[in-house]
Amino acid sequence: MIDVSHLTKYFGDNLVLDDISEHISPGEKIVIIGPSGSGKSTFLRCLNLLEIPSSGSITVDGVCVTDPKADINAVRRSLGMVFQHFNLFPHLTVMRNLTLAPTKLGLMSKDEAEAEALRLLDRVGLKDKALEYPGKLSGGQKQRIAIVRALAMKPKMMLFDEPTSALDPEMVGEVLTVMKELADEGMTMAVVTHEMGFAREVGTRLFFMDGGKILEQNTPAAFFDDPQQPRAKEFLSKVL
Amino acid sequence: MELYLQWKELMRSGADVAFWQSFYVKFYQAFIEADRWKQYLSRVGTTLLVTAIALAIGVLLGVIVASVRTAHAQQRPGRHNPILGLFNAIFNVYVTVIRGTPMMVQLLIMGLVIFKTSNNYTMVGALTLGINSGAYVSEIIRGGLMSLDAGQMEAGRSLGLGYLPTMIYIVVPQAFKAILPALGNEFIVLLKDTSLINVIGGKELVYAAQGVMSRTYEQMFPLFGVAAIYLVLVIIFTWLLGLLERRLRKSDRR
Repeated sequence: MIDVSHLTKYFGDNLVLDDISEHISPGEKIVIIGPSGSGKSTFLRCLNLLEIPSSGSITVDGVCVTDPKADINAVRRSLGMVFQHFNLFPHLTVMRNLTLAPTKLGLMSKDEAEAEALRLLDRVGLKDKALEYPGKLSGGQKQRIAIVRALAMKPKMMLFDEPTSALDPEMVGEVLTVMKELADEGMTMAVVTHEMGFAREVGTRLFFMDGGKILEQNTPAAFFDDPQQPRAKEFLSKVL
Repeated sequence: MELYLQWKELMRSGADVAFWQSFYVKFYQAFIEADRWKQYLSRVGTTLLVTAIALAIGVLLGVIVASVRTAHAQQRPGRHNPILGLFNAIFNVYVTVIRGTPMMVQLLIMGLVIFKTSNNYTMVGALTLGINSGAYVSEIIRGGLMSLDAGQMEAGRSLGLGYLPTMIYIVVPQAFKAILPALGNEFIVLLKDTSLINVIGGKELVYAAQGVMSRTYEQMFPLFGVAAIYLVLVIIFTWLLGLLERRLRKSDRR
């Protein structure tokens, strides 16, 4: 699904990702944890080129996205992205948020897109919000809609960038539930998160990142029960 | 009419006249005698026409300049389009020069140097105002486009929409609402700045006042009259802009 080789990213002189090579197979649910500034969000954002790698290459489904000639828009279509701050379009209704990209890209007719949008909204229990504007929704509702907005493009993989970090504690659950359902359906996922319970329950593989490197990786259960690296032990002792 | 002639004679003979009597005479001279109010009114039309032309040129230039400069700034590192770079450099010079020199000097240069042979001073003035306004409008638009949360652009792009569609469907509609007050302000400044084209012989409101002043040797009433007309025009346009803003705000129901 995704091949990352020697991925390095600098912000100015600051080394954020340090020579990362990794492979993600279809169906995997990768959870990425680590202290802030460890490069986990940048890593995720490099996968769909919201950040441009300084060097190294990324291949998505056989397409080398770091090649300047690659059709990045086509690659992004296959990688759904969910942001920490939802980034819904506030000037459009929920329905238009979901149908804008599929219709403008000519993937679906307006009717098809709307039917699909209603089906997706129904699935996350927000069918009745179709004609509302995002400003009227709670954070949890917004994030569930952001997830189905990405799903409306029928992506092959979903990227989640701290999807619950901007939410009130009582709304975290509703978003995680949707993500769990998605995982159960077999969606390939990469999730940057601070929700250790979710990481343990849903993840098939866990990356622990610090200093721009994947310091340790294991199954979540093994990692949480027996971290190897001192840095990972220290991190877990603080967050658990 | 009779009162006017009677009191005018009185004033000419050097007799003491009451304040309100001289007020009436001067007012009559400035606006009513020889149907002078029609001169002002016809020049209001010119002022509005010049504003409209300058606004059209200004907005057109502003949109083009802002689009190019924003697109240039938002290019992916290592993928610079040389044509965009060239136009960006040209527009940078344009904005710097126009914002760095006084409007009055620009008008004099356009009227007395570049379009020395043209007799259509009013249109030369409108063109100059438009070019001037374009620099300011471009900065207003650019500011609006740049100030929108970068997450909006990222969200659009992450859905697979290209740069231009994301701009058109997501960024611009939101930015437009944000810049409308500043754009309205620019429009009002432009309306008042049309009075400056008088220095190169443009025939607008101030020109009408000058005509009357040179006939009657009376400055206060024509000038106050012209000021009042500008004020009323600005108040009307402010009100109209307020209506437009309110309508736009209604549509986003936040």
